[in-house]
Amino acid sequence: MRLPSWLRLPQQTLLRHALFAVAGGILFYNLSINTSDFQQIRFAQVAYTLIAVAGLTVLVGLNGQLSLGHGALMAFGGYTVALLQKDRPTWPLWLDLLLAVLVTAVVGAVTGTAAARLRGPYLAGATLALAVGVPGLARQYFEGDTGISVPLVGSPSFLPSLVGERWMAWFSWAAALLTLVLLANLARSRLGREWQAARDDEIAAALAGIWVARVQVIAFVVSAGAAGLAGGLLAVVSVGAKPASFSLLLSVGLLAAAIIGGLGSLIGALWGSIIIVYLPVWADDLSRNFELPAKVSDNLPLMMYGAALIIVMLLAPIGIQGTLYRVVRLFRRDRVRISAAEAVTGSAPEPAPPTGSGPPAAPAAPSTHAPAAVPATPSGESAEGTAP
Amino acid sequence: MSHFIDLTLGGLTIGAAIAAIALSLVLIWRATRILNFAQGGMALACAYIAYSVTNHSGSYWLGFAAAIGAGLVGGALIERSLIRLVENKPPLNAVIVTLGLLVIIQAGLGMIYSVDQHPFVFAFDFHGYKVGHTSLQFSPASLFAVLSVLAVAVGLFVVFKYTAVGLRMRSAAFAPEVSRLLGVRTNRMLTLGWALSSAVGALAAMLATPPLISPNALDNLFVFGFTAAVVGGLDSAVGAVVGGVVIGLVLNYVSGYGTPNLSTGTALGILIVVLLVRPNGLFTRATARRV
Amino acid sequence: MRGFHRLRRTSLVPLAVGVALALAASACGTGSDNKSNSGGNGGTASTPGVTDTTILLGSHQPLTGPAAPGYSKIAPAAQAMFNYINDNGGINGRKITLKYVDDGYNPTKTVDVTRQLVQQDHVFAMMAGLGTPTHSGVLDFLNQNKVPDLFVASGAAKWGDTPDKFPWTTGYQPTYVIEGKIIGQYVKQNLAGKKVGFLTQDDDFGRDFVKGADMYVDPASVVARETYTTANTNISAQISNLKAKGAEVVLGAEIPAFVALTILGNLAADYHPQMIVSGVGADIPTLSGLLESFAKQGGKTVKGTQLIEGLMATGYLPASTDSSNSWIQLFTKVHDKYISSIPFDGNVVYGMSQAYLFAQAATRAGKDLTRQSIIDAVEKGGFTGPGLVPFQFSKTNHNGYGGTQIVKISGGLANPQGTPMVTDDGSGAINSYTTQQPAAPANGIPVS
Repeated sequence: MRLPSWLRLPQQTLLRHALFAVAGGILFYNLSINTSDFQQIRFAQVAYTLIAVAGLTVLVGLNGQLSLGHGALMAFGGYTVALLQKDRPTWPLWLDLLLAVLVTAVVGAVTGTAAARLRGPYLAGATLALAVGVPGLARQYFEGDTGISVPLVGSPSFLPSLVGERWMAWFSWAAALLTLVLLANLARSRLGREWQAARDDEIAAALAGIWVARVQVIAFVVSAGAAGLAGGLLAVVSVGAKPASFSLLLSVGLLAAAIIGGLGSLIGALWGSIIIVYLPVWADDLSRNFELPAKVSDNLPLMMYGAALIIVMLLAPIGIQGTLYRVVRLFRRDRVRISAAEAVTGSAPEPAPPTGSGPPAAPAAPSTHAPAAVPATPSGESAEGTAP
Repeated sequence: MSHFIDLTLGGLTIGAAIAAIALSLVLIWRATRILNFAQGGMALACAYIAYSVTNHSGSYWLGFAAAIGAGLVGGALIERSLIRLVENKPPLNAVIVTLGLLVIIQAGLGMIYSVDQHPFVFAFDFHGYKVGHTSLQFSPASLFAVLSVLAVAVGLFVVFKYTAVGLRMRSAAFAPEVSRLLGVRTNRMLTLGWALSSAVGALAAMLATPPLISPNALDNLFVFGFTAAVVGGLDSAVGAVVGGVVIGLVLNYVSGYGTPNLSTGTALGILIVVLLVRPNGLFTRATARRV
Repeated sequence: MRGFHRLRRTSLVPLAVGVALALAASACGTGSDNKSNSGGNGGTASTPGVTDTTILLGSHQPLTGPAAPGYSKIAPAAQAMFNYINDNGGINGRKITLKYVDDGYNPTKTVDVTRQLVQQDHVFAMMAGLGTPTHSGVLDFLNQNKVPDLFVASGAAKWGDTPDKFPWTTGYQPTYVIEGKIIGQYVKQNLAGKKVGFLTQDDDFGRDFVKGADMYVDPASVVARETYTTANTNISAQISNLKAKGAEVVLGAEIPAFVALTILGNLAADYHPQMIVSGVGADIPTLSGLLESFAKQGGKTVKGTQLIEGLMATGYLPASTDSSNSWIQLFTKVHDKYISSIPFDGNVVYGMSQAYLFAQAATRAGKDLTRQSIIDAVEKGGFTGPGLVPFQFSKTNHNGYGGTQIVKISGGLANPQGTPMVTDDGSGAINSYTTQQPAAPANGIPVS
């Protein structure tokens, strides 16, 4: 059933995404004014998590490069904002955040260049070391564990009746929507297609004239910029930049959010962020309802968090957005159109294994379920006959 | 000079444990192409089992055997139940599943044993050997650590290269379809790979955990082990051992001559330098087809 | 994912479904906002957390994560003390509840749970928030919202040094500078001429301790300054350094796990300096529990207390092994009744002492309990209780205990060396304090 032309979404990318952003903004505004002051902080947390996860999902989902170190990149943004607020208190916050984006983008360029030749688990290992090493360096060269304080955000001068928390939530979400529009536009642009081409088949992409290394570094830069903005907002909301705020748990949580939400999908980033922020809260509330010995009740929220990660992955292996998409498709009448697309891509559209190396060889372990197309020779990423 | 010797010996000791974890990660990667983030947690659970058995029976070695046994059984069980479900899915799903497993294991250990630290004895005497009047930073316990890891590494090498089981495991990993056609029970080989890997991880935990055990005790060891595996090349067991020793030594030198905070940063630096020069680790004979 | 971006038409349905879910999710959140909490959500509009019969307190604690060992016992112990007081009639007819929430020692989470306690649970006051990096993130918030922030569980000086900037916050334990000063003076007076080394935690705890000690220790005698980070339990390199430089006295600002690791490392290296450690790391049951398994000599197992024989430390509360002390007897009684499954050690004594101090302040504030009146009550100072030294509380000083006592551990007991000493955070002198500690009230209810 086709909607009349004036009711359909515009075809131009920017307009269409801007429309979504405005709609999202209106929805959020309504949500915000109808909830308590306290909830605003959670909304702000979801907002900056969303920014970081969106950047990460673009890097991992669209471009196929794995990063376990986005928490460390957020640290660069957070410390930049904190240092600027301390040493240049007259500069406005938006300027501090912009500089945080730039600084982290530069770090992303360096990291991306260093990581350009790395694939799969080696990239994972390098970014993991980043996630662990950077907080240690921050501890060493800045104020150790105490970190650098950021003054508590108060009401803005042009809206003095607005409570500080609500203002924090509003500008965090404004930043988040802006980031989403930018990332969505990039994803649909030529650059976005180049990213996906590099992810799907590096050699074919290179043959088609794409400068693969450059495109991959740009993906890192974009994703790092988003992480920098997110880190800066985290420092503002948490009233300070401290090493313990940017731990390995944060990096891992971001990746989990991206995958659970649906890799490569910006709306998926929203689902993942909501889950990552609210799941510990729900788990905590739930465990308080039972009268349990201290040992058990202290650790129950953590256990629920871990269980939730596993359960979601088993039930929705292509992420929440992927599963929603499949469910919706079951109800669509115009199946013909879709199965044509499916026929072109071959079987159900699975997200490509983002190890980013060569032709998609048998990525998973050989098991009783044979993957779709298995080349006869193993991919070049693994060594043959190495001494064990 | 004796200071340098002390630091070197200390570095070798911790390097042995790091090498063991790296080795277990390499085993799983080679067998199932999965990065097992729960490795540290699984190893720690085995150590806790040893702790309970030792406390109840009074015998350290019974506990040790229980840990290794738990590693074998636990690894096999986890592979059969949980990992089987994600083996044919996108590889990142396995990352999240193993992360979830890690969190569950740590939370569970906290529930059973509480988050407080408990004492965990060494395999042998921890007092350093005496050379003349001075005491070295190397004790019978340290010697055991180094020798046991060396023995395991050599043992695995022999198994993989020279035995039929080893050949089957390698073929199941590299050419599963053909292996199946030739009668190799590939599923069994996967389970065996995980079982062996967890047993090696349990050994690493028994060596690295003393003197204090707590649910977060092996977090760092896992990160360093992962780094070592990557530095050495995820497909190379020799690389894992060499990488482990190198990382252990570097960490100790930096802690000794510099500041402890810089030690993780230095490990990061080494990793980056190695990967810049050899993107697939030091010991991987990369046969990537470059077009 | 390939499937999404190939199609030109984006389906709005998943988005709509998701938005509906998001709204529902936040409605769950607001639902719990409106749920009335036990312990005084109602009460007078001007004093949250207080009703005629209840007082609700909040706290953030590391119950999980690497910082949790030991510290996770403090809040349950405080709650046990409150239960005991409640069972004996409460304070001015009110029963006290302590709601403590896990922040995993993550400052970002601390901000979250503290806001939740204040804005959602409407606690009367925050009590005993634990950790310097964690608590410093909520200092501004609590003071701007005029929430009493009592007895912060950290020895940093910032909680109490500036009551004009943070009028609602007070400290509790002697600051690390004070401990360092008193230990430094002991070294100067009793161990002059010996080579001194430091082994300190690489954060404010260690730095402040060194700052205090340096005011008294002869700089020429300091041969090594080693630090450790809690992230890395392998301190063999630091011990090797101390030994190589020949330090005969080692001053330690370490948490208990690292004191145990240091003792073991010293044994392994056949290195026998005189260790003097901050009270933070010197709880006897904790240490001997950690070390007992290692105390094998010639095949015989000896008690863990053997390994801490001769260790010197500081303490401002009675040692948990001192069963002749009336306060320890009281606390043991409370422990056995309410939290018998938790081992009785210095953390339990600490938590219960804090709870007792709050009870004292609340008693003094009287029936008309408001947020201002509890701060006024604390500022009047002069509380006497389990502490060996007096509090510094006054209108111009919100710091807690103003001194500590040097002890030498022998036979599992802490033997005082000299009298308790009092001083300040700055360059003030150190003086003896000889007033005796009062006896504990039998029913735990403070007299004043």
